Amino acid sequence: MPNSPESRPIRVSFRRRSMNHLVTLAAATAVLLVLLPLTAIFAYLVYKGVGSLNWAFLTQIPKPVGEPGGGMANAIAGSALILLIASAMGVPIGIGAGIYLAEYASNRMGDLVRFTADVLNGVPSIVVGIVAYGVVVLAQGHFSALAGGFALGMMMIPTITRATEEMLLLVPRAIREAAYGLGISRWRTTLSITLRTATSGVITGVMLAFARVAGETAPLLFTAFGNQYWNWKINQPTAALSLQVFTYAISPFDEWHRQAWAGALILIVLIVVAVSALRVAAGRGMLKGTS
Amino acid sequence: MSNRALGSPPSPGPQPVVKSGIAADGSSRTGGFLRGGNPRIWDGLFYLAMLGCALCVLALVGVIIYELTTRSQLSWKAFGWRFFFASEWDPVNERFGAWPFVYGTIVSSLLALFLAVPLALGVATFITEMCPRRLRETLAFSTELLAAIPSVIYGLWAIFVLVPLLREYFEPWLARYFGWTGLFTGPAYGIGMLAAGTILAIMVVPIISSITREVMMAVPQQQREAVLALGATRWEMIRIGVLRNARAGIFGAVILGLGRALGETMAVTMVIGNRPEISRSLFAPGYTMASVIANEFSEAATDTYLSALVQVGLALFLVTIIVNILAQLLVWSVTRGMPARGHA
Amino acid sequence: MGVGIKVERLNAWFGNVQALHDISMEIAANHATAIIGPSGCGKSTFVRCLNRMHETIPEARASGKVRIGDLDIYNGTAAVQVRRRIGMVFQKPNPFPTMSIYDNVAAGLKLNGFRDRKRLGEIVERSLKLSALWDEVKDSLKKKSGASLSGGQQQRLCIARALAVEPEVLLMDEPCSALDPISTGKIEELIFQLKENFTIVIVTHNMQQASRVAEFTGFFLLGKLIEFDRTEKIFTTPSDKRTEDYITGRFG
Repeated sequence: MPNSPESRPIRVSFRRRSMNHLVTLAAATAVLLVLLPLTAIFAYLVYKGVGSLNWAFLTQIPKPVGEPGGGMANAIAGSALILLIASAMGVPIGIGAGIYLAEYASNRMGDLVRFTADVLNGVPSIVVGIVAYGVVVLAQGHFSALAGGFALGMMMIPTITRATEEMLLLVPRAIREAAYGLGISRWRTTLSITLRTATSGVITGVMLAFARVAGETAPLLFTAFGNQYWNWKINQPTAALSLQVFTYAISPFDEWHRQAWAGALILIVLIVVAVSALRVAAGRGMLKGTS
Repeated sequence: MSNRALGSPPSPGPQPVVKSGIAADGSSRTGGFLRGGNPRIWDGLFYLAMLGCALCVLALVGVIIYELTTRSQLSWKAFGWRFFFASEWDPVNERFGAWPFVYGTIVSSLLALFLAVPLALGVATFITEMCPRRLRETLAFSTELLAAIPSVIYGLWAIFVLVPLLREYFEPWLARYFGWTGLFTGPAYGIGMLAAGTILAIMVVPIISSITREVMMAVPQQQREAVLALGATRWEMIRIGVLRNARAGIFGAVILGLGRALGETMAVTMVIGNRPEISRSLFAPGYTMASVIANEFSEAATDTYLSALVQVGLALFLVTIIVNILAQLLVWSVTRGMPARGHA
Repeated sequence: MGVGIKVERLNAWFGNVQALHDISMEIAANHATAIIGPSGCGKSTFVRCLNRMHETIPEARASGKVRIGDLDIYNGTAAVQVRRRIGMVFQKPNPFPTMSIYDNVAAGLKLNGFRDRKRLGEIVERSLKLSALWDEVKDSLKKKSGASLSGGQQQRLCIARALAVEPEVLLMDEPCSALDPISTGKIEELIFQLKENFTIVIVTHNMQQASRVAEFTGFFLLGKLIEFDRTEKIFTTPSDKRTEDYITGRFG
């Protein structure tokens, strides 16, 4: 019979169905709300920054307050110097610690080092600045690029260590055994075989660490401190792009606000470029046909 | 007889003299090409070098703890624990009370979480459970992109875009309809706690969302299927089959976001107003622990002043570490306890 | 020219579990010797003790005497030196994935300090010819990676790699078990040719393979050497009942 319970189709209640749709809508709205600032920020960076970008901006140092023009050339150079120092410290220690964790550490020691690296990772960047101030600035008696590099180097280490360890553990044991079977000593195997197999992933880790610290400002506030002039000495206060953007942004001058946008645009572009360049360089070292 | 001579075409040039059998000292037959030296020495040196790097990590954390505790000694001796509950921050007269900063840090972070958590959960749910496959990668990537933007750029954008928006549109609106709560009173400058909380929220969403996604993906497919088989709608399946199972991990993700918000410096400094005041209204300016250090550290003229700032830094360090550890434990309880799902 | 191997009272442990009990045997030079037995009988462990690979596993150790030619490998020689004299081919082909075919074959030499580039090229060519892979890869030696070859080719690449350092002994741990029948056939042919210049010890779970390639066979069971004799004798008139049970398929 057409209306008996056996032949009536089961319908989910209206309330439940509409709840389902409502939630989907809410979630989609959340996504839009989150993507909104993302696009807004990038749009503004380009819109406000591009206009102020010119050759002068990239090659000149700041002019005194009140005078129009000038640029952030010294800040770009200074950032490069500081990041170089940071990498020189962070990359070897990070990779070394990663190798230790993957190839040599016992369970307990490994857990300790991993835990400590996590702690190091979670230290607020301003606190890293305080520590670098105490260790380097006070010892030297002045602000310096070295101090800034030390702070940023500290922040690079946990990311690189974790990535290196993970990538090395992914290399199958069989590869190491093949090397041992050929009579290759353990240290040679680790460097020339295991690490080499994991190179791509390790470089990604280094990239990530680099991109993260390249935009940092807080740790540089009282280590590198900033400089209105050119500086190539690692022992002197040095300008940095992120510092300069900060200083200009909070200043009361429209001219400096304009330059802050340009500087911010360059900062983002340089981060993206540096990261992509590293990727390409890593890719060239790989053979076609390898997985 | 030489191995090389058999089974291959004669090679030009002289054949090296070859000994038959392995000599008692294990030396090579191909004329000693193998590098001499004891491989054990190099192995040992290499091990020491790698151990040294690992010890550097331990040493760095040790240095951090050492620096923070010793340089704050002066302030501890002068003010003790009451430092964190006293409200007067007067560098001129050397009276330092950090309560306004503690308050500002807590309020701005909580406000950030209040705004960020629903958004992050929504994004994570959408990407993991609702969105079509093709969109998944792009959306995930876009939210990760948000995490890559440096803090100072967030601050820059906040000063020139967010703050005017708040000042012209949102704050008057909030004052009009919700002023009775006492949270939205006073002059609407744009700069203040509300701006800080908002920009913090935007910065913290990617972290909460990506960890939540990880945790949700760790819930086995069978759980979802079991709920669906009972006739649940998709939302009900998500609510009962996924979110409930991942509860601890999601909580952990939120705590991780809190940890990030507590330590965030630049963007907050640029829009919070930097006034050590305590006010009920979110329109009022405030100050956070990270901001006071950022603003005043390089100008601290006296030892006590500097020491007080380091004491603030020490507190920030300890709170952040504890929060982060708690968060990690919560997240692990979900991702390690469950077998990993096969795909995103 | 290969050398003989003399094993005296070899014992091996994984932690507290003893895997090999008092193994003694003499392996003839320039012949192929097969090691057979059911799973878990210790055949792989035995062979890995011959080039001191066994001890690379954490908590693994071995005791006893193993003389390869004149060299007592457990007494007074570094493990690394021992392994430079003995080649090993593993069950699953394991070429170095980020290296070209050329670099794979040259790896054992280059990473042990060999510097003469011209001779290196000659050695690589010779090794690839010895392992019957030369014709298939000679045009893409440096362009293709080791991992882009087929399974059978990869295994022959691993054989070439092992041969390049000119060992006298070649250990093969179930080299064909991951390969298709055609590749298996090619490798068995290879073993025939290599026998003239190397001493080969091959672990296999395939009794037909043992009877095809090896002159001598050792039967292992539960970590003990039950019987060791000429292959024909083992497979036609074994002395021990356990051997006979295994051969006739009653277990394993």
